[in-house]
Amino acid sequence: MIQLENIHRYFQVGEQRIHALNNINLTIKKGEYLSIMGPSGSGKSTLLNVIALLDQPSSGRYRLNNQDVTQLNDEQLAKARRENIGFVFQFFHLIPRYSAAENIEIPLILAGIAAKERKQRVTDALLAVNLQDRAAHRPDQLSGGQTQRVAIARAMIMRPQILLADEPTGNLDSQSGREVIELLENLNQQQVTLVTITHDESLGRRAQRRIRLIDGQIKD
Amino acid sequence: MRYADLINLSYRTVISHKLRSMLTALGLIIGIASVIVLTSIGRGIHTFVLAEFTQFGTNLVAVFPGKTTTLGISGATISTVRPLSLADSLSLSKLDNIIAALPLVQGNARIEAGKKQRRTTVLGVGGAVPEVWKIKVARGRFLPEDEQSNPRAFAVLGYKLAVELYADTNPIGKRLRIGSDRFRVLGVMEKKGQMLGFDMDDTIYIPTAKALDLFDREGVMEIDLLYKSNTSVKSIESAIKRLLQRRHGREDFTLITQDQMLKTMDSILNILTLAVAALGSISLLVGSVGILTIMTIAVSERISEIGLLRAVGAEQGMIFKLFLAEAIMLSFMGGTIGVLIGIVIVQLINFMLPTLPVQMAWLYIIAAFAVSLLIGITAGVIPAMKAARLHPLDALRTE
Repeated sequence: MIQLENIHRYFQVGEQRIHALNNINLTIKKGEYLSIMGPSGSGKSTLLNVIALLDQPSSGRYRLNNQDVTQLNDEQLAKARRENIGFVFQFFHLIPRYSAAENIEIPLILAGIAAKERKQRVTDALLAVNLQDRAAHRPDQLSGGQTQRVAIARAMIMRPQILLADEPTGNLDSQSGREVIELLENLNQQQVTLVTITHDESLGRRAQRRIRLIDGQIKD
Repeated sequence: MRYADLINLSYRTVISHKLRSMLTALGLIIGIASVIVLTSIGRGIHTFVLAEFTQFGTNLVAVFPGKTTTLGISGATISTVRPLSLADSLSLSKLDNIIAALPLVQGNARIEAGKKQRRTTVLGVGGAVPEVWKIKVARGRFLPEDEQSNPRAFAVLGYKLAVELYADTNPIGKRLRIGSDRFRVLGVMEKKGQMLGFDMDDTIYIPTAKALDLFDREGVMEIDLLYKSNTSVKSIESAIKRLLQRRHGREDFTLITQDQMLKTMDSILNILTLAVAALGSISLLVGSVGILTIMTIAVSERISEIGLLRAVGAEQGMIFKLFLAEAIMLSFMGGTIGVLIGIVIVQLINFMLPTLPVQMAWLYIIAAFAVSLLIGITAGVIPAMKAARLHPLDALRTE
């Protein structure tokens, strides 16, 4: 479902041209659990951003569900993200003035779904992450683990096929980190393609398929 | 995204910073409220002044000697103007549809009644004053109608003059002197009050012919004509012109209809209202700068939020709409509060100072409200564009 062919990505930093991704070829199948590991600056975030349609490769071809997505305009990209991809961030990225339920609801609002259906889906999503009693709490009233679970519920509310997690446990203690990982893996068992990037070897090893990035190239 | 959600989201955001939103909107609130109060006062003055002028009735045409539309009247040309005479007035009064003609001479003279003396305005008029100027006689009667050319020496006192000269005693039948001539008091007018500073009650009315003698004038200053209300001003004007041209041989007079005068007055007063509205709009401008500032700050504060929205599927247009809606919401709320405060202040003025003429100028209220929305749109566009142009990745990275 994700096919990357000869992907290169360059950045211009001052005078210097940085080769962040160097000829990446990668195919990810539906329902796979993949981890991307590598030291800082190895290009793993750039790769995730390219897969996430947040960044465009400098050259190469990216096919998502057999559709070339390297030539899409802003509106088409936004639609593709909305419908195909869920995000979980290291720093959660919840909107502080909204409650947990409202944060989960945002993608539905953006997609223009009617209020009645939204309410039902948000209730279900809160139930799925076991936070039904925290619906009205604002992010600053939630623990780190709870916050990340709200973020996962938000990522899954549009029922995407792909879930991208960028250091999902990076900001959590080990107990809540484990809960979050179990939740993500549970979703993977329901045929959601899961891609995580992490520094954490023990977390990375849990994936069935692991790739290691060094200096923008895939090793092993 | 649905519009109901867009409105709801922007409302929530504005409400989430209550103090900040309030302070931002304050400039707008003050601006709108002041436009409403100022224009209401302007409109009130407008109505008040027009009412002052129409208290003499509206079906009036005044004829003045001399053609004022001729440019550069010098002393020499004035002497070639034939004065308006009592005979002119008499023949004008016989025109169709003319109810009454009032030849007018005005001057200032010393009045002696018994031991009392007073300088006052002397109005040389015909007997039609009560009818044409809509002033009633309080006691006695007014000057007789049919003695224009050789009238008897009668005088009618204005209300205040009667009080000053005769206090509580009945002045009817008493004799007094105006300049060196002797007059007999025939009546006293009812209280009329001031009209634009001219005290209508501190006057004495005498026959026009007597006033011409008193002030040693050849012709009258003005002839006021009252016409039937169901006739058109145009036809009356042309009838008057024809008659006077025949009598004078050419057009050496000027007609001013009450209509024209009211129109001129109306346009002057409209400009006055417009001017105060413009004054109030300066604070609206200041208010718009406030909104621009706060929206710019809001965008830079919420960059990471913009990044998130982009990541979960908002396109550029949606981000633009979100921030624009927020600015409009801010100005809409400010505008609404401003309108309400303005209306309350106007009502308070009405209640506390009933003599001050204030009148709600609805057109200006609607305009002020529309302007506040327009301000929201204008002040919101640039920050919203800035927000929409952010690259989602850069926005997400910003903490």
